Amino acid sequence: MTELAKAVLAGQRLALARLLTQVENDTPQGREALNALFPHTGRAHLVGITGAPGTGKSTLVSQLVRAYRQPQDGSLPSRMGVVAVDPTSPFTGGALLGDRVRMRDLSGDPGVFIRSMATRGALGGLAQRTAAVVQVLDAAGFDVIFIETVGAGQSEVDIARLALTTLVIAAPGAGDDIQASKAGILEIADILVVNKADQPGVDSAVRALQAMLGQATAASGKHLLHAPQEDAKEETTSGWEIPVLRTTATSGEGVHELVTAIRQHQDYLKESGNWEQRDQTRLQSELQSLLQSTLLARWRETVCDAHSQQTLDLLAMRKISPLQAVERLLENNQL
Amino acid sequence: MTEQKIRVLIAKPGLDGHDRGAKVIARALRDAGMEVIYTGLRQTPQMIAEAALQEDVDVVGLSILSGAHNALVPAVIDLLRHNGQENVLVFVGGIIPESDIPALKEAGACAVYGPGTTTTEVVETIRREVLGNPVG
Repeated sequence: MTELAKAVLAGQRLALARLLTQVENDTPQGREALNALFPHTGRAHLVGITGAPGTGKSTLVSQLVRAYRQPQDGSLPSRMGVVAVDPTSPFTGGALLGDRVRMRDLSGDPGVFIRSMATRGALGGLAQRTAAVVQVLDAAGFDVIFIETVGAGQSEVDIARLALTTLVIAAPGAGDDIQASKAGILEIADILVVNKADQPGVDSAVRALQAMLGQATAASGKHLLHAPQEDAKEETTSGWEIPVLRTTATSGEGVHELVTAIRQHQDYLKESGNWEQRDQTRLQSELQSLLQSTLLARWRETVCDAHSQQTLDLLAMRKISPLQAVERLLENNQL
Repeated sequence: MTEQKIRVLIAKPGLDGHDRGAKVIARALRDAGMEVIYTGLRQTPQMIAEAALQEDVDVVGLSILSGAHNALVPAVIDLLRHNGQENVLVFVGGIIPESDIPALKEAGACAVYGPGTTTTEVVETIRREVLGNPVG
C-alpha cells in the first residue's frame, strides 16, 4: 500500500487533502492509492443534496452537519465529510467555489472535513472524479458524507447514481405545479425538502410536491433511477414513503427532523436489502462511466490525427454522415 | 488525465467588512482559469489555515484593510507551516503601509499588493510562483 494511502487510513488530514488532489487530477499516484483504499469503502452513508441554485443547499448542509455532530438523542457524534461541487467556467476553465462561505460555523471541528470541487466540464451536476473523491473519504472513516451538487435544474440527476439517500431541496415561489410535474430532478428524491419555510408560499409549494408524489407513486410504485439495468433486481419503494419536510436553514428550524428522516431512510435501506442493491447499482454505473472514459482514451491513442482530420473534412463536406464517420474512425481499430 | 489546476484560497481575516477587493481578485483568478475557494468575511487565522489544508491549495490570498496585517499575516503563515503546508504561497492585498512590507515578507509572505495593482499582475505572479514551486 502506498504511503499516502496508509497515512489516510491512519487519519492524517494533510495526507487526506493531498490524496484528494491526486485523485481529482487522476494521477498515477492517486489511482494506485484508490486501488489500495477500495476494500475499506462501502461503510459510509452517502447522502446527496441537490436542488436549484439559491434554494439554500450549502446553508442546509452546514446545519445538517452540525446536527449530526451534536446529536440530541445522546448517541455518539458521527464523523462528517462534505464534498461541495460548483461549476467550472466553460470558457476559462476556472471556477469560483463558494460553498464554504455558508459552512464557516463548522470550522475548528476535527470531526468534519469539507472539500470543494469544480465540475471541470462534467454536466450531470457533479465532477467526473466526485465518485472517487467520495471513495477516499469513505475509506478515511467518515460515517456520513454529504455530497452537494451544483445548483441543478431539471436533468442533473447523476447524484442519484452516487448517493444512497438523495435529498432534493426546493424553495417557495419557484414555479407552479407544472414545474413539479416535469420529469427529472424531483423523481430522484428519497426525501423532499422545502427550505426557506419562513417565506410566503411555503404551503402551496409543499402541496404541489405532495400532489406530485401521490401521482408518481400511484403510477409506478418503484424508484426508476436506482434500478436502471435490466438485469438488476427491481427495487421497490413499498416500504418507503417519500416525506416532504420543511426547513429554515438560516435558523435551524426543522433540521433535527430532517436528520431523523435521513437516519430513517438509512435504516429502511438496510432492513429492506436496498442498501446492497443501491451499492451495486452505483458501482455498476461507476464502472460503466470509467469504461467509457478509458475506452475513449485508448481509442484516441490509436487513431492518427491525419485520419481523424480527413474524416472530419468528409463530414463537413456532407460526404459522410456522423454515423458513417464513427464507423470510419473505428475501422481496423483494435481496442 | 486532466491538467493540474492552480487552487487558490481567498480569505478575509480580521474584522473589517470590506470584501470588494477580495471578490475582484477571486473573480480575476477564476477568469484566469484557476480554481478559487472563496471563504468570506471575518475569518480567524485558524479557520483560514484549516480551510487551506482541507482544500490542499497552492496559494492563500489574504485581503486585509483593517490595519491588523502585522498580527494576522504571520499568524496565518505560522499555522500553515505548523500544519505541514510549507509550500503554500501566501499573497497579501489591502491597505498596507510601505514600511510594513519588508517585515511581512520576512514572515513568509510571497508578495504584498496595495491599491492600484492590476489583476493581470497578480495572476502572472501567482502563475510564475506556483509553476516554479510545485506543491508536493
